[in-house]
Amino acid sequence: MSVGTLRRTRGGVGSSARRVDGVPKVKGAFQYGSDLWAEEMLWGQTVRSPHAHARIRGVDIAKALSYPGVRAVLLAADVPGRKTFGLEFADQPVLAQDRVRYVGEPVAILAAVDPEVARRAAERVVVDYEVLPAVTDMEEALRPGAPQVHEYGNVLHHVRIVHGDPDAPADVWVEGYYETAMQDQAILGPEAGMAVPADDGGVDLYVATQWLHVDRQQVAPCLGLPPEKVRLHLAGVGGAFGAREDVSMHIHACMLALRTGRPVRIVYSREESFFGHVHRHPSRVWMRHGATRDGRLVNVYARVLLDGGAYASSGAAVITNAATFATGPYEVPNALVEATRVFTHNPPCGAMRGFGAPQVCFAHEAQMDRLAQALGMDPARVRLQNAMKTGSVTITGQVVRGSAPVRQVIERCLALPMPEEPAAGPRDPQALPGGAGNVSRGEGVRRGVGIAVGYKNIAYSGGFDDSAEARVRVFRTADGPAVEVHSAAAEVGEGLHTVLVQVARTELGIEHVTLHPPDTAIGSAGSTSASRQTMMSGGAVQLACRAVAEELFRRVRARAASAGRTLRGELTLADGRVLAAGEPVGEVDNYLDEPIEARRTYHHRPTQPLDERGQGDVHVTLAFAAQRAVVEVDEELGLARVVQLASAHDVGRAINPQGVEGQIEGGAAMGLGLALMEEVQLDGGRIRNASFTDYLIPTFLDMPPVVSAVVEEPEPGVPYGAKGVGEMATLVATPAIVAALRAATGRPLNRAPVRPDDLIGLAPPVASGPPPPAPAVPGPRPVPHYHGLDAGQQELMRPESD
Amino acid sequence: MEAQGASARPVVEISLTVNGRPHTLAVEPRETLLDLLRMRLGLTGAKLSCDVQVCGACTVLVDGLPVSACTYLAYEARGRQVLTIEGLADGEGLHPLQQAFIDHAAFQCGYCTPGMILAAKALLDEIPRPTTDEIKHYLRGNICRCTGYKKILEAVLAAAETMASRHG
Repeated sequence: MSVGTLRRTRGGVGSSARRVDGVPKVKGAFQYGSDLWAEEMLWGQTVRSPHAHARIRGVDIAKALSYPGVRAVLLAADVPGRKTFGLEFADQPVLAQDRVRYVGEPVAILAAVDPEVARRAAERVVVDYEVLPAVTDMEEALRPGAPQVHEYGNVLHHVRIVHGDPDAPADVWVEGYYETAMQDQAILGPEAGMAVPADDGGVDLYVATQWLHVDRQQVAPCLGLPPEKVRLHLAGVGGAFGAREDVSMHIHACMLALRTGRPVRIVYSREESFFGHVHRHPSRVWMRHGATRDGRLVNVYARVLLDGGAYASSGAAVITNAATFATGPYEVPNALVEATRVFTHNPPCGAMRGFGAPQVCFAHEAQMDRLAQALGMDPARVRLQNAMKTGSVTITGQVVRGSAPVRQVIERCLALPMPEEPAAGPRDPQALPGGAGNVSRGEGVRRGVGIAVGYKNIAYSGGFDDSAEARVRVFRTADGPAVEVHSAAAEVGEGLHTVLVQVARTELGIEHVTLHPPDTAIGSAGSTSASRQTMMSGGAVQLACRAVAEELFRRVRARAASAGRTLRGELTLADGRVLAAGEPVGEVDNYLDEPIEARRTYHHRPTQPLDERGQGDVHVTLAFAAQRAVVEVDEELGLARVVQLASAHDVGRAINPQGVEGQIEGGAAMGLGLALMEEVQLDGGRIRNASFTDYLIPTFLDMPPVVSAVVEEPEPGVPYGAKGVGEMATLVATPAIVAALRAATGRPLNRAPVRPDDLIGLAPPVASGPPPPAPAVPGPRPVPHYHGLDAGQQELMRPESD
Repeated sequence: MEAQGASARPVVEISLTVNGRPHTLAVEPRETLLDLLRMRLGLTGAKLSCDVQVCGACTVLVDGLPVSACTYLAYEARGRQVLTIEGLADGEGLHPLQQAFIDHAAFQCGYCTPGMILAAKALLDEIPRPTTDEIKHYLRGNICRCTGYKKILEAVLAAAETMASRHG
């Protein structure tokens, strides 16, 4: 792919083009899912299980149905088609049938004329439960005799990776046990959408989501409708971070709309939002690292458990990611990884920014520090010495073919300026850890520095034929040529739509580019996740633009030929003109008597699934990042403050440098949250803090200055050489901050988030016995059978064209 | 909205000014200012997010001061001047804060943005040239999940400069 020959068009690739959604967003005119409104609209409400595990003996809806203003109350029996849905496996009931498996599971839905009526009516649905024993601990769930979440057991998927000789000896061994908590995406815009019944018996669903087409694949069968009668349209998305990969209110709103014949809007409350989407899997990780005396990694053992809660969601893919990244961006000649994604009666877990990589990054980076300490080496040197590079072999046996500037990100990160040391003498209390809440004079404040390095895949892995479609149309307007780009790709806040416009500007040399509203009238763009859309939908727009340009050039040559002229040299486009060998030939407008349109699909190069030994060319592209954190801890009060976050990111090429910075800064904030405050606290499967008063998110005062550098080594074989940048900052921020806290306190902190008690030694490090035995491999295959549900399950991670 | 269900609930009549326009409405005593703005007046710029006055997405200005409209009763706004994001710009143009948020990419998903901008306006009305620390402290009640705040800080500093230079 040519990188150096791109002609600069204003607002094109490589520029910090202004965001296309800027004006409506700053004026409050951008329509989010929760802002939708239609004449005669009804308000949907969900009745949820208060129990982690119970049998449903019966549901009495009479009182709710007779409540004035209620138009419909629906139960599992009212689901018109398939009774279950799911992202990878259709194991999750649309509405609970005979049993509930987590607190918050939907049991009934209703529609009413106003939201207050809907809320009051929901309280009048009476469900008769027989409470059953629940298993809410991931290690308990693996023990014989534990309550079974599903009849096929409590393991969704187990991945074993055997690389080299797992019995290989080493001079020095370090061992550790690590935990990360369940993290909430805390999307500020809760789940929301509106379903509008259509005259053809179908339905139009306007919804805030990450992937319209995978939603439709799940929604349509449950409604008993063919896909073409279920049309999805993207509503404004108030943040995603993985929370909107799974279906939430989609099917419910459609069912109510089809039943009542009226538009139905469902917007979750904040509390409901904590139940309404999957979270980051909590993890327990045991690791053992062996190295030579001079610091070369020889052998790594990792045992990874992820608690997936009650349903599959994308858990099989998450655990595969966690397994393949378990040893970090280092050359590891021998390894054994055993990774299990467990079912419990906790709320379901699935995708969240980083997708299995943050949990293992937290562990392997703590191990690298431990190794450095055992060897008496500098932590950065141990990492540099073992850093992957192009040509390295990963633990799945994959040769890293693309750019892998691991050394560079580490060196660039460490070269960023350090924050100033606090001046001697009394300090402004506001600047102490804890801010105004700190009643000391800073006598117990210690500073610490930590680093972390991590890596993650871009786009889908493991043999999935990942693709994105786009349609590009060039036409004449009164103000010159214009471009329309149609893609189903969801803008979730990261700036993708601006990137697509930049690509079209650069490819066609036309500044005036508009976006068709994303919907299912065009083919799938895949999910806005896995840091993949710049590469995938950017690639689709690039292909479609090149097809349009080809037709335009055909017209240019034909007209020249009919005038008896021959055009010499390569034809190109810039500033609304056609050029031949760099010399203007004519305005693009002159060739647009008929608009030109092309639709193209981008596929990345094929990957392979892991084999039974966990070996395979599993990932397309890898992106790397290094993070340094400086913290201050008040050792007497257990208060911590992050003083500075510095990072360097391998981005291949920055399509929009300002947007790249935004991803790095925002991702760092989310990683800081997991390091210091964010935890969905569970008690017997019940979320104890389903509110922003108790689930804490970093505020303006929690965020230190963030400084960043980008390393641009174009990735061969992908559009513009650009890698995604959405997830890496989150990955490395948490381990770097916790490493800095360890350095400041000298305590072996091994659980994120770190609490005040941990910092002052009131709570010992979390302890664990030996890792649980690994399930037999191969098998169990993920969700092998689903008896008892009439519709059965099907694999969804297949291209639609099959 | 249909009367059923809602008809049995008591209402009280209030008058208030929103974005310079007077309104007289019959509201329920339990109704929040946010519901009034979003559901009765169709002003959906202010967002419901946390519903407990900690995230600031619902921030509007009442008599020039930022309030969380999600927990502020509509009744409390009687006789007062309410400014929402829809009323900030002068006509089709943009307020300097809005322009600065665009220039600095001080938003991503944009859900917190209306509240953030109005809180920042209240700050700049009170302290025209705030320091970095003053901005961070003033805006600590407005949560942004996307940006990490750095670009918001830059935008508010830039807007302060623009506004100060305009007022000479």
